[in-house]
Amino acid sequence: MKKPKIKSIPYEEFKDNESLEAMINQLNENGTNVIVTTADDLINWGRSNSVWPMNFGTSCCAIELMAMGAARFDMARFGFEVTRVSPRQADLILVCGTITYKMAPVLRRLYDQMADPKYVIAIGGCTCTGGPFTKSYHVVKGVDEIIPVDVYVPGCPPRPEAFYYGMMQLQRKMKVENFFGTVNRKEVDAFQREAEKKEKEVINTEQEA
Amino acid sequence: MTLDIKTIAPSELRTELIRLKDQEKMDFLVNLIGMDWGEEGLGVIYMLESTETGKTISLKAIAEDKQNPYLPTVSDLWKIAYIYEREVFDFFGIKFLNHPDMRRLFLREDWVGYPMRKNDPTELLNPLRMTDVPLSDSTKEYFLTPDGKISEKTHTVWGPDEYVVNVGPQHPSTHGVLHMRASLDGEIVKRLGLVLGYIHRGVEKISESMTYPQLLALTDRLDYFSAMQNRHALCMCIEKAIGLEVSERVQYIRTIMDELQRVASHLVYYACMAMDTGALTAFFYSFREREEICKIFEDNFGGRVIQNYNTIGGVMYDIQPNFAEEVKKVISNIRKRYHEYNDIFTTNVIAKGRMEGVGVISKEDAISLGTTGPVGRASGWNNDVRRRHPYALYDKVDFNDIIRTEGDTNARHWNRMEEMLESLNIIEQLIDNIPAGEFQAKRKPIIKLPEGSFYQAVESSRGELGVFIESKGDKTPYRVHYRSSSLPLANAMDTACRGEKFADLIAIGASMDFVIPDIDR
Amino acid sequence: MFDFSIITQWFHSLLTGVLPEWVTIGIECVIVLLFIILLYAILAIALIYMERKICALFQCRIGPNRVGKWGLLQVFADVFKMLTKEIIKMRQSDRMLHDMAPFFVLAASFLTFACLPWNKGLEILDFNVGAFFFIAVSGIGVIGILLAGWASHSKYPMIGAMRSGAQLISYELSIGMTMLTMIMLCGTMQISDIVQQQADYGWNIVRGHIPALLAFIIYLIAGNAECNRGPFDLPEAESELTAGYHTEFSGMHFGFFYLAEYLNLFICAGMASTIFLGGWAPLYIPALEGFNNVMAMIPGFVWFFGKTFFVVFLLMWIRWTYPRLRIDQLLSLEWKYLMPISMFNIILMALVVCFGLTL
Repeated sequence: MKKPKIKSIPYEEFKDNESLEAMINQLNENGTNVIVTTADDLINWGRSNSVWPMNFGTSCCAIELMAMGAARFDMARFGFEVTRVSPRQADLILVCGTITYKMAPVLRRLYDQMADPKYVIAIGGCTCTGGPFTKSYHVVKGVDEIIPVDVYVPGCPPRPEAFYYGMMQLQRKMKVENFFGTVNRKEVDAFQREAEKKEKEVINTEQEA
Repeated sequence: MTLDIKTIAPSELRTELIRLKDQEKMDFLVNLIGMDWGEEGLGVIYMLESTETGKTISLKAIAEDKQNPYLPTVSDLWKIAYIYEREVFDFFGIKFLNHPDMRRLFLREDWVGYPMRKNDPTELLNPLRMTDVPLSDSTKEYFLTPDGKISEKTHTVWGPDEYVVNVGPQHPSTHGVLHMRASLDGEIVKRLGLVLGYIHRGVEKISESMTYPQLLALTDRLDYFSAMQNRHALCMCIEKAIGLEVSERVQYIRTIMDELQRVASHLVYYACMAMDTGALTAFFYSFREREEICKIFEDNFGGRVIQNYNTIGGVMYDIQPNFAEEVKKVISNIRKRYHEYNDIFTTNVIAKGRMEGVGVISKEDAISLGTTGPVGRASGWNNDVRRRHPYALYDKVDFNDIIRTEGDTNARHWNRMEEMLESLNIIEQLIDNIPAGEFQAKRKPIIKLPEGSFYQAVESSRGELGVFIESKGDKTPYRVHYRSSSLPLANAMDTACRGEKFADLIAIGASMDFVIPDIDR
Repeated sequence: MFDFSIITQWFHSLLTGVLPEWVTIGIECVIVLLFIILLYAILAIALIYMERKICALFQCRIGPNRVGKWGLLQVFADVFKMLTKEIIKMRQSDRMLHDMAPFFVLAASFLTFACLPWNKGLEILDFNVGAFFFIAVSGIGVIGILLAGWASHSKYPMIGAMRSGAQLISYELSIGMTMLTMIMLCGTMQISDIVQQQADYGWNIVRGHIPALLAFIIYLIAGNAECNRGPFDLPEAESELTAGYHTEFSGMHFGFFYLAEYLNLFICAGMASTIFLGGWAPLYIPALEGFNNVMAMIPGFVWFFGKTFFVVFLLMWIRWTYPRLRIDQLLSLEWKYLMPISMFNIILMALVVCFGLTL
């Protein structure tokens, strides 16, 4: 089996290798092709080493994102520093902070505006489960209700090192993806079908007009 | 402090408030708190203060009609009431007659019901809606017809021919998820409207079902740059209400931590100001020093941004033995590098051109808009809570009031930069003589506040932050309200930005230094 | 100084010996095209890497260091990523113009790129109105930016494009004026001649002393503005207009803007080194014979790249130091200060040349 490598951190030291292995098995169910795999490796190398996050922060965790960009933690070392403010140019959305009912459609739209391949990391307790605000009438209990999440980083707020750990776990996931052949994301996206239906309707009405 | 609230009939409310404002010079509306007293009905508490005499007064008015409550507006007397009344309308459904803009403030416009009412089944009526947030271009005004019925008329806010640009909710320079709608004429901002609530987490509502020690967890997350001060305010409010004395040592630690937090906050302010005006390198300079403060926080209690440090009756952990030494090192470092900030950004000719004379707020406006903190002090209004109502050790230490009268972005910027140095002075006076003693006073495991209303204000990094608690003598509070320090600042944006360039809108926003979760709560 | 035209002429005569003239020219065109594209890509990657490292240096950081040795492969990873990224098609945009916009920008930067003199005898586009051609084609870029803003059907790109239009058109005047000043000194518009003169009589910035120095400073300011780089990055103005005129572009279309931005920087610096700092001409100090001989041993293209990257470094230094200007400040800087000064400068240069006051 293909074992994704991260520079100077051994494979065994990462947690939750089981779910990664399960994902690899699922992706390679139909067997692999040598030539295609080599091409995949090159593309995955490029993608995983050039993850441009979007500037998206709603509350406290965004401050740690700023600290991560600053000199002590310096995310430029990994090539993450090209933070794009336009969702069209970003690869990764770091959901930093609580998502409320009013923000949820906006976040969904931002996610839809991003170009494929796109990834999501849920940063902090609020985005994973609702955190200290689970009882609230206006807080989404986990962003996975709205958009598919690749990596969860708990904490309130997580330390910048935890951000890196999350980003590296994401890199590991990206390194085993297949560009050619199979579909990478197997999770069901609840809003995908609805959005497609809606889009068709809009196109139809436009054409009729 | 315990609030002494005078009840007043709604019919006399307006005349009384006008009298207070004109004759007793109560020109600062500190707070306007909506309340649901259950059987008695819905109403509002007004907290007023005179900037000249320092006298405070609190009034309450209960709406007569319980089903469809209404009260007269005071938004023409105090500009800040405009946004406070919208907030109360949003949460309690109290209509303010003749208020020109009775739209919801925090919640979606298609929200059903009023969440802060005691018996409102909000969660059942309002599932997660994934349709786009509706934004209406017109507002409603309610008024009383001569025969005593409520009628409404519509005002247009954004005409069909206006070029309205949405700044936010996802925008790099709104420091979070603030949504401003700017009507542009070329590059010039004609008018600005606020759409809030993208990070409204319902803190006040959740608080009502929590015990007092549990409440503490939420304050840090309101204004995360003033986490220490917020929690200090809440702890102090509860301590004063139950008559708990904290030791001298705790007072010292709290004061030092408050000031360290203020320095860290102003450093972030500087970083954001520089970043928003395009000087990215300056951002890294101030984050370098902020990391040193964060390191002290880490060493002493683990948290970097959110510390969870103050508790009722003391602090969570005692300080580390090397605390004083580390703090002194940071102080000397910041002093040494302070000139670098000014060299690279503040004294730069482009930065000066971007800041001087931009976004002027006059003193009258500042008081009327309730912009406390460095913003108000830049307009010549000395509003420091540490001076007005001294708490902790602020009556014992010696510090200067930093006041400017220009009221522009430059004054706001310099105020913050100098306040940083002043905070360092305060820390220096205290750091060497922290007395020995307990870091946590003994208290009962279950805390019950006596019946009554309590209010405690502190000077957070961006102005007056107040905690209002109304208790019925239970384990849980009946109503908790935070006087946000950022909400008036956001509200002042419209006044400051009219007629300025679009690029100035960003610079003015940065100089206000609001924190969005503190606005929305 | 080694003359590259020996190689190119030998190659040309070799081909014409066996092939008809038109086939030869066709083959040569293809070779030159490949050469330009390759150089363009390599330079873009080098510049992006350089910018990241230099900005890290100014900001007390390390910069890329995980991908490859010293992070050298970082930009290659970005390119692979960008190439496989989706290009979003928006329903309400003007599809054709939207797709065309990046190519206008790219075409402008390619054409100006081809004007640069890499070495003696190694000019790609070199004819008697070279400097004029350079100014003319660099103006195409603004069309691309305006189209990008217009076709996106979005408000931020529109504001960005309008700002960009106002900015580029104004600052083009200053660029033209300063180049005119230097053309007056040289008496020719052919780029190879301009450099050859400097190799013979000394660098223009020394030869033209005061007016040339003045022109050089104005050129740097205006050139920085032409490249849309801070303190003049208003059309993009990340903190105001999200990403400015290219907000709605994704994938490689955005990549083209990104590449063109860096290459424009290089071209601006390259032209500065050509007309002010002597292009491929080595450093020549009249009194020191031995030193001059050593300098002349260094190949011309090394001189050219050295000077150009020095100017690029200057521009990056400015970019990472200053805050951004506001649109009215930007325009008043050009129309109230730079324009009158450069007009005055032309007169000064005319007097200097007339009275033979050059060094």
